Amino acid sequence: MLHERSWHAHLALVLGVAVFAFPIYMALNGSTWDAGTIGGGRMPLYPGAEAAANYGQAWFSGEGARAKGAPVSVMMINSFLMAVIITLGKVAISIISAYAVVFFAFPLRMFFFWMIFITLMLPVEVRIIPTYAVAANLGLIDSFAGLTVPLIASATATLLFRQFFLTIPDELVEASKIDGAGPLRFFWDTVLPLSRTNIAALCVILFIYGWNQYLWPLLITTSPEMETIVIGITKLVSTADAHTDWNLIMATTVLAMLPPVAVVILMQRWFVRGLIESEK
Amino acid sequence: MAEVRLGGVTKQFGAVRVIHGVDCTIADGEFVVILGPSGCGKSTLLRIIAGLEQQTSGQVFIGPRDVTLVEPKDRNIAMVFQNYALYPHLSVFENMAYGLKVRGTPRAEVDTRVRRAARTLELEALLDRRPRQLSGGQRQRVAMGRAIVRDPQVFLFDEPLSNLDAKLRVQMRVEIKRLHQSLRTTSVYVTHDQVEAMTLADRLIVMNAGRVEQIGTPLEVYTTPASTFVGGFIGSPPMNMLSGRLSASGDSVELGDTAVALAGAFPTHAGRPIVLGIRPEHMSIGGRSRLSASVELVEALGADTLVHATTGSAKDIVTLRLPGDARVDRGQRLAIDVAPANLHVFDRDSGQRLGR
Repeated sequence: MLHERSWHAHLALVLGVAVFAFPIYMALNGSTWDAGTIGGGRMPLYPGAEAAANYGQAWFSGEGARAKGAPVSVMMINSFLMAVIITLGKVAISIISAYAVVFFAFPLRMFFFWMIFITLMLPVEVRIIPTYAVAANLGLIDSFAGLTVPLIASATATLLFRQFFLTIPDELVEASKIDGAGPLRFFWDTVLPLSRTNIAALCVILFIYGWNQYLWPLLITTSPEMETIVIGITKLVSTADAHTDWNLIMATTVLAMLPPVAVVILMQRWFVRGLIESEK
Repeated sequence: MAEVRLGGVTKQFGAVRVIHGVDCTIADGEFVVILGPSGCGKSTLLRIIAGLEQQTSGQVFIGPRDVTLVEPKDRNIAMVFQNYALYPHLSVFENMAYGLKVRGTPRAEVDTRVRRAARTLELEALLDRRPRQLSGGQRQRVAMGRAIVRDPQVFLFDEPLSNLDAKLRVQMRVEIKRLHQSLRTTSVYVTHDQVEAMTLADRLIVMNAGRVEQIGTPLEVYTTPASTFVGGFIGSPPMNMLSGRLSASGDSVELGDTAVALAGAFPTHAGRPIVLGIRPEHMSIGGRSRLSASVELVEALGADTLVHATTGSAKDIVTLRLPGDARVDRGQRLAIDVAPANLHVFDRDSGQRLGR
């Protein structure tokens, strides 16, 4: 029965892949034609010959016939640094706060946990004005600190680590105590290695979160040297009253996709390995 | 090695008192089993000895040292947990070496000690494995290995065999006994399994509802239970308990309309309500009958035959352990005979033993 029906399943999958992949294919395809061909609305469905020229131009200068922006190379480095700092910062802060909340008894412990938890319900947009005011007063505009620090505190990651830590058996904590490991030692020798899988999964999610940041970088950066790739793309599109350099935009978007894709592919291997290895 | 001494240890969780003043001394090199039903406070008591739980009042001594306020890691103890509590991300070798490594033992010495322990426990071939690649019995041996490499003054076992299947439990029990015979380290072992307790212990501490009911060798506890609780808890099937009243002279018991003569006399309790305890194996049929009962259920186990019967006089249910070849049928009326020396007399109100 299953075999007879399997071509239906395949058809559904093929259609699904086509729907998801077609826009990406169009972006790839568009990045290989010259501006005139795309602008004329007659872009063929097969690749053109302008790939090297388009990518080269996007990467090194970023300037098209009329589009103005920082070179993609600069924006990519900015985005990459921002995403990495946010990822590492979030993992570091949240794993430590979750460790404190789970393994230490201190006054108002649950109060602090709920304070962290409640911030989950506040989207960035709600607190963006006061956050901007604070960042501006601290002179963080147009700096990596300004881009990343306000985004580092993370209720979600803290909650995830807390839930994971709660599954570590009490007996393991006690065995470690009897073995003579203090709180820091227990954290380094036991909790951190056991959290590998969680850290890997969070890194993937948080890197993409950081890479895709739009609103905050838009507010906090003003100079082209600090621009991130996501902002750069929107600036390319909104060249008013002019012919849009779609070939450059497509090349830029394709380049912008690469780091998140690379992270997913690279970390996926860790991810699976962690899943197979871990056991409490 | 050292003795362990508890002085007036109590523990309260909020308003609930779970341990009501425990005093005892565990001699150097002794294997003591704390036995009791779940919730009697036996694990809490062990955790107080380990320092994992803070007592509400009282003192703990290990050797001459007062360790009441000392951290677990500085008490020179090692503990084997019910769920093994091995570090899942470390190999068997690293698991056993961890405690030594944390204490800054030189690498060469760590290596010698771990290998020696591994040889004792036949873990040599498994040193590179991870805990999840081991069977339950092997994991428990690694947990014991982790305890013995440190060469502590006291071993603490918290129901270490209860996660194993019945066959493995018997095997590990023998191994623990053998290990103790070769190392002679003072050991405190908590269990609710009376067979484990009887076979392993030099001395038993029987606990009930946060109090020590009796301390003694397994045989003492079996032959002269200090209370109805101990009599009922130790022995399988448990001791038969018959409600009765001492006669005016205090040397016989009235069970309904039957009078049973005792070996001793209890004039101070004359006329008072008592409980008469009789082990199933001390009941025989025939002879000079004292008790009559009708058979409810017969369980032929091969070596023994267990007979459940209701006594005619007091309507108590009693269990008899008869030889395997005994022929008894359901509904049959039995005349039960017990030697006076095998009658245990307990005060009914306090449950305390009065004598034979």
